[in-house]
Amino acid sequence: MVRELSLHLLDIVENSIAAGANQIEINVSVDQAADRLRMQVCDNGKGMDEEMVARIGDPFCTTRTTRKVGLGIPLLKAAAEACNGWLKVESKAGEGTCLTVEFQNSHIDRMPLGDLPATLMSLIVANPDVRFLVNCRHDEQRFCFDTEPLRRELDGISWSEPEVLTYLRESICAGLAGANLVDADR
Amino acid sequence: MPTIKSIDDLKRAREEALEKRRVKTASGGTKVVVAMGTCGIAAGARDTMKAVLKVIEEDNLSGITVAQTGCLGMCEREPIVQVTVGEQPTVTYGKVTPDVAERIMRDHVKSGNVVSDHVIPTGPTE
Repeated sequence: MVRELSLHLLDIVENSIAAGANQIEINVSVDQAADRLRMQVCDNGKGMDEEMVARIGDPFCTTRTTRKVGLGIPLLKAAAEACNGWLKVESKAGEGTCLTVEFQNSHIDRMPLGDLPATLMSLIVANPDVRFLVNCRHDEQRFCFDTEPLRRELDGISWSEPEVLTYLRESICAGLAGANLVDADR
Repeated sequence: MPTIKSIDDLKRAREEALEKRRVKTASGGTKVVVAMGTCGIAAGARDTMKAVLKVIEEDNLSGITVAQTGCLGMCEREPIVQVTVGEQPTVTYGKVTPDVAERIMRDHVKSGNVVSDHVIPTGPTE
């Protein structure tokens, strides 16, 4: 059972990685005045044709061969719609995909954002060849970073070296806390 | 606006990692792969990954490649972790909760002892 929005976010980004993306933009924003929480993932993966996009909310629609169901997006779509929200997928074959999901921020059934630092750490460390552009915003407070200049600086040293992990973890936790996007987000 | 820590901090981290790499004896690489399909994520794979990274940090384990893969078709055994130490055959573990992940990292990755109670047998009959 997926009980956190940050786990859904991880799942969406996994789709981008499976689609062969090497650049993925992750946007998470909370607008208190408008009472909306939005997550968006845009990638440069292989994209989908119109027919596939039209079936994206169908749990029996999947490109994978290991099993015949694809539950990630249908579950997220249902969760958003239960909170006065929506989910939209825009895609072009050969160019990439952009998925946006929005919730009523204060809705009693909205899942917590959860452990967003763990989601970002998992993605960055386990996918060193993917460039992540992360943009998190809570009203006027922002935390943004791009992994590409950091990767260049590492110059062949792995993200999974202990010193680098410490750097990354502390940076992400401090940045998200500064942008007021840690677990106590409601 | 808060930003990522300074590049100088990252440079220092890189130099420390590089120094350790110089003194480390060549024993072949170790690879830890966490399955991160929807089934894995729903079963707790992110916390499993978090535990793997925590042990690397806490025990100062250098030279380990951490990677991910999608659904391996064994959803009922998620979270799944695969460990390859040097030239040895890959060991696939199932039901890897964070506690089990810590055991795998300390017993198998660090000390070379397979955590046999969580191994998923692989072979022609599987």
